[in-house]
Amino acid sequence: MLMIKIASAQLWVHDQEAAMKYWTEKVGMEVREDVSMPELQFRWLTVGPPGQDDISIVLMAVPGEPVMDEATKKQVLDLTAKGFAGTVFLQTDDCQKSYEAMKSRGVEFTEEPHQMPYGIDCGFRDPSGNSVRLTQLAESWPNT
Amino acid sequence: MSQVPPARYLMRARDLVDSRYAEPITVDDLAAAAGLSRAHFSRMFTRTFGESPRAYLQTRRLERAAALLRHTDRSVADICVMVGLQSVGSFTTSFARVYGLPPAAYRASLPPASMYARVPSCILQRDTRPPADTRVKTAYGEKTRSQG
Repeated sequence: MLMIKIASAQLWVHDQEAAMKYWTEKVGMEVREDVSMPELQFRWLTVGPPGQDDISIVLMAVPGEPVMDEATKKQVLDLTAKGFAGTVFLQTDDCQKSYEAMKSRGVEFTEEPHQMPYGIDCGFRDPSGNSVRLTQLAESWPNT
Repeated sequence: MSQVPPARYLMRARDLVDSRYAEPITVDDLAAAAGLSRAHFSRMFTRTFGESPRAYLQTRRLERAAALLRHTDRSVADICVMVGLQSVGSFTTSFARVYGLPPAAYRASLPPASMYARVPSCILQRDTRPPADTRVKTAYGEKTRSQG
């Protein structure tokens, strides 16, 4: 059977430059691809966690006309700002330590590390409003 | 209970290099991460991984720089800073020693980064799509529209 793997998942961002700075400098990811195509008014920008080379997050600008009409674009930006456009689930070996390191770099957490049945969990939002969970799975929890 | 092998402590230092290469980390920082004195750490690291901590950090930075030269259109100076190096001159020399070409020539020898950009078809199509007010209208007067 052919294997299908997740290569990238996309987040809408209101400003690609601000998003890139945030995800690299504050969250600690690295830039994977960054190509501007002025003729298409398009910039392909991806980031990923150092050491996990085969998966990345696409930081995608919300396109305007004619791909997306202005009303829809506003709706997408509004939904993203409210945190309802999707969530990224990150995993760490040490939630408290990652929380402290990221907080010292200016990440604004919406939830501090707390115990959950599946491990220790906290949450933050990126500048566009995307919701991000950061979890340290309990040793007994199946990591599948 | 068996003891944790020393390599486990050394891996903490290597993990630190792998994740924080862009920051101005020092051998002292790495020794602290491994919980060893600087001299003992450097000796143990070299014996275990076959290269010194400083060499490993430099290799990691150059490897990332090569990836950024292949997959971005950022300038060489930008990439130098992005991987944690200070001097473009030293970066160029070190890069050429390892990859056989200076950074700009290395990039020029490969397909352009735009080849790798996965531009969605809805973006590609927008150049040829007619303006909204010229599109066919449905029986209900609504403009047809496809989402990208």
